[in-house]
Amino acid sequence: MASEIKAAVYDPLIDNNPITLQVLGVCSALAVTTNMMAALIMSIALTTVTAFSGAIISSIRNHIPSSIRIIVQMTIIASLVIIVDQLLKAYAYEASKQLSVFVGLIITNCIVLGRAEAYAMKNPPVMSFLDGIGNGLGYSLILMAVAFFRELLGTGKLFGHVVIPVANEGGWYIPNGLMLLPPSAFFVIGLLIWLIRSIKKEQVEPADYQIHQVHRTEVL
Amino acid sequence: MTESTKNPGFIGKILNLPNDDPKKTIIVAALLCLVCSILVSISAVTFKPQQLANKATDIKKNILGVTGLLTEQGDIDTLFQQFEVKIVDLDTGTYADIDAATYDQYKAAGDPDQSVELTAEQDIASIGRRAKLAKIYLLKEGGKTSQVVLPIHGYGLWSTLYGFISFNGDFNTIGGLQFYAHAETPGLGGEVDNPKWRKLWQGKKAFNDQGELKIEVVRGFVDFKVAGAEHKVDGLSGATLTSVGVSNLVKYWLGEHGFGPYLKNMSTEAEK
Repeated sequence: MASEIKAAVYDPLIDNNPITLQVLGVCSALAVTTNMMAALIMSIALTTVTAFSGAIISSIRNHIPSSIRIIVQMTIIASLVIIVDQLLKAYAYEASKQLSVFVGLIITNCIVLGRAEAYAMKNPPVMSFLDGIGNGLGYSLILMAVAFFRELLGTGKLFGHVVIPVANEGGWYIPNGLMLLPPSAFFVIGLLIWLIRSIKKEQVEPADYQIHQVHRTEVL
Repeated sequence: MTESTKNPGFIGKILNLPNDDPKKTIIVAALLCLVCSILVSISAVTFKPQQLANKATDIKKNILGVTGLLTEQGDIDTLFQQFEVKIVDLDTGTYADIDAATYDQYKAAGDPDQSVELTAEQDIASIGRRAKLAKIYLLKEGGKTSQVVLPIHGYGLWSTLYGFISFNGDFNTIGGLQFYAHAETPGLGGEVDNPKWRKLWQGKKAFNDQGELKIEVVRGFVDFKVAGAEHKVDGLSGATLTSVGVSNLVKYWLGEHGFGPYLKNMSTEAEK
């Protein structure tokens, strides 16, 4: 049991990370990683939603008619997201202004529905809750890493505090504007996936294609 | 299932039905909707007062920011009490006598009775409709208006920018410009939030001596050797369309369909 719990929480961090291995939830990873504060709030919101939706769906899993199961899951997830959004608007106004629609878009985040469908429908509530926490943390880890590079290189700041003084404000660093635009998140995520897969070779997928050597002398 | 077979009440019966039974499907769906809607409504109602308070504080913060009062020490609400809130009838440029505390200009802009539709020619800020009345904020010193804050909004490149522009007591010299809501490209159009760029607006004159509206955002840098530099603000590099949008929305709101009549009235009064 203890090892199961450990696996549910730690596995999604690196070994089975929802972003870098399963490549899910990339859309929000592009959108909210321009600064670390926004990424942190988004991470907390997503982790909360994944964990609680897992627990709730799992606790009624034996009574969900299979014909409407996705709708049931979505309804539960959507309700949780609305509650989280309302909470943020009430108690973290500045952050919610920055995240704007992206909190609402947690509903469509593949990680949440993916865990509900793949794990919570087959496992008991407590484990589903922990699985949600684990996957949320895996997502958070990547989000924070991407936001770290984007904010540092794009504005010279971390969590809004000046780390490298930029040229515009009398420093020496000329910020890389590309880092603030969505494509840079692709680059950073791509590099992270590369890094993780060169350390953990077992994550490398077999090639979908085979390179055939065609000899000129062969008759086709 | 064992629990529900022991006490086969109504709920027990339902739970015992096979999951694919249409009756159970409908009941599960209905129950789920009921529970979820109750939870969502509760959260919406509970957090509403706090959310409204946040929004109001944010507006106040921006008004204080645009007049340069935010740096002073003190709590936002007490600082904000220095302002006198007034409602202006935009067509006549005079004060309207309605309760300023409850009036919402942006809500009114959506109400056909309280707003006017703009023709394509008038609508350089791409806002579609404009409320007949506008809410403004006056800061007085010794009985005379020292600053006035006007709400402005208009379309940039991706989004409508909402903000405030403030004038000094002559109703011509700009005291500041600040946007509190927009979704322009970070690093390019988003630089409208850059304090350095916002500072460029300070001291610019909106109207020339003949009372013509001259303020504009130009491409590149303003050449100070050429006459009229006091009406021109540097454009944002890499954000031509946002700069044009800001230029247009400022021109619209200070023009004859915006606060033009009001500003004219007030500046003649101030000269007296």
